Amino acid sequence: MLEIKDLRATVADKEILKGITLTVNAGEVHAVMGPNGSGKSTLAQILAGHPAYEVTGGSVTYDGQDLLAMDAEVRAQAGVFLAFQYPIEIPGVSNAYFLRAAYNEVRKARGEEEVDPMSFADLMDEKMKLVEMDGDMLTRSVNTGFSGGEKKRNEILQMAVLEPKLAILDETDSGLDIDALRIVAGGVNALKRPDRATIVVTHYQRLLNYIVPDFVHVLAGGRIVRSGGKELALELEAKGYDWLLEEATA
Amino acid sequence: MIDGYLQRFEEFARDGGAAAPEWVRSLRLSAITRFETLGFPSTRNEDWHFTSVAPIAESTLLPITGPSGSVDAAQLEPFLFGGAWHQLTFVNGRYDASLSHVAGLPAGARVLPLAQALDEMPVLVEAHLGRIASYDAHSFTALNTAFLNDGAVIHVAADVELAAPIHLVYVSDDAASGGVTNPRTLIVLDRHAKATVLETYGSTSRGAGAYLTNAVTEAVVGEGATLTHLKLQRESAQAFHVGTFDARQARDSHLVSFSFATGGALSRSNVYTELRGEGCGATLNGLYLADADQTIDHQTRIEHVEPNCYSRELYKGILDGASHGVFNGKVYVHPEAQKTDGKQTNNTLLLSEKAQIDTKPQLEIFADDVKCTHGATVGRLDETSLFYMKSRGIDARTARELLTYAFAADVLETIELTPVREGLEAATLRRYTEGDRRLAVR
Repeated sequence: MLEIKDLRATVADKEILKGITLTVNAGEVHAVMGPNGSGKSTLAQILAGHPAYEVTGGSVTYDGQDLLAMDAEVRAQAGVFLAFQYPIEIPGVSNAYFLRAAYNEVRKARGEEEVDPMSFADLMDEKMKLVEMDGDMLTRSVNTGFSGGEKKRNEILQMAVLEPKLAILDETDSGLDIDALRIVAGGVNALKRPDRATIVVTHYQRLLNYIVPDFVHVLAGGRIVRSGGKELALELEAKGYDWLLEEATA
Repeated sequence: MIDGYLQRFEEFARDGGAAAPEWVRSLRLSAITRFETLGFPSTRNEDWHFTSVAPIAESTLLPITGPSGSVDAAQLEPFLFGGAWHQLTFVNGRYDASLSHVAGLPAGARVLPLAQALDEMPVLVEAHLGRIASYDAHSFTALNTAFLNDGAVIHVAADVELAAPIHLVYVSDDAASGGVTNPRTLIVLDRHAKATVLETYGSTSRGAGAYLTNAVTEAVVGEGATLTHLKLQRESAQAFHVGTFDARQARDSHLVSFSFATGGALSRSNVYTELRGEGCGATLNGLYLADADQTIDHQTRIEHVEPNCYSRELYKGILDGASHGVFNGKVYVHPEAQKTDGKQTNNTLLLSEKAQIDTKPQLEIFADDVKCTHGATVGRLDETSLFYMKSRGIDARTARELLTYAFAADVLETIELTPVREGLEAATLRRYTEGDRRLAVR
């Protein structure tokens, strides 16, 4: 589904990614871990098309297409979804309107009919339960005045509505208490299907108790320094990142 | 360049205004004397530092003192919001009974044109008119007061709550070209009264020459009373507009003001209030939308005189073309006004390279136990917000339009009067979205 080859990227002339190679197949869950500043959030944002980063080398192929040549909205319409580490507040746009606009854009791209507000409301009732959200969060402006946990749940709600083929969660666990974490993870797990894939970017192993990865990759200094199964995450939790960094630089 | 005004005043004092009571005539005389001394303000005047009124001062505009023009009901439609509201209409500054209707007011409430109010409630009018909006340092208020002749008076007696809003429509037509109108409004709410007053300044003119609307509104908000005041400045593209709203608030009273400004080549809206009793609240919000070579200037002043009051202020603007916006917001906290809770915000969105904003939020605090904040932002559409929307599949143009609209909607949604809120939201949406792919936001 996703093939990243020797990806290099800079922001403000500083090289952040120094050659990432990673293949994600349908049905798989990949965890990308690493210390702060390792480039893991950069990788997530580049896959979604964030304009602040400049790709200086390598390639990313998504479903046989050149992902890097696609605009951010085209990527989303093609099924790529990024759950933001810091979801953006948009005062003046209601959450319900935003979700419906996004949903209809994605449906149009799939060649499906747009839905009217009534049918959309029914869909929302179902999706809201998944992340245990109250109806009044739909009438409020997007993320405006939401608590940290509400923002993250709102990201997962968007994901549940858009049903992406490739979901990328960028430190969705940061700032969440354990109850919110369970709700968020439950939402992500409910969306798993053999034809979809998930990339979980996280600093902590804790989230991976709830979203169990098939593969774990450790990013350090803009490179993947170790890949393994889910047991690698446990090892990192026990030993920290330093031993890997020392190995990598040795 | 005020000789024309002085000469016109001589004529006016002799003929047009001669019927007024003695105290009105002496008020006018004192005001024209002050205007003669002050002249039009220059940019050396701190209050006018960012806006030059040279286009007004150097023009040959003259006050309109008699009836002129004609507007029919259909031409007013674009300025109305439906609903069974009380309405007084003024054409080129002169009351037009055929376009006015006031029906079903509760006992204790009066909505009258000024001449009738001077006849029917002389004591009330004399007690307040000209005593709130000082012309001592304000040229335009002096000018308005000198030519004070028509306008509206609203009185709501103690404990009376008006269910329907009162809409004062000050409209100009082609015949106003070259003229100055000086509409005057007085609003008096007694103890625990409640009312919503909407003032619209508009024009039916399509491309006729320049005119100046020079309006003054005075408001007395009694103990525990609540006044909601909305001003919609939708003058023609050639117009000049200077409008002052000045309120005095008694203990436990609330003022909710909204100033919406889109019209005029050059406009200035002053919104002033003094919180003169404990437990008052003032909410001053506004939105200015400018394009081409327009200048839209707002000056607000909140005087916290007594303790335990709050004020909230949010002014937002969207500037396109080579337009110029000004926001000057003053909050004075007097030494006695402990526990004042004030917050002032001004945000401006610039859509073009040439658009320009001068913003000057000012806090002057002379009490030591207060909570006051202020802030201003100026910028373009936020790239991160655009990316966020695109990352959800929304195309770049729609994202840009939606964010522009949302910037304005954020303050429009504070308008509690639903038809006005929805009407302004729809107008703003039309303005910033293109063609048939308009967004249905609700």
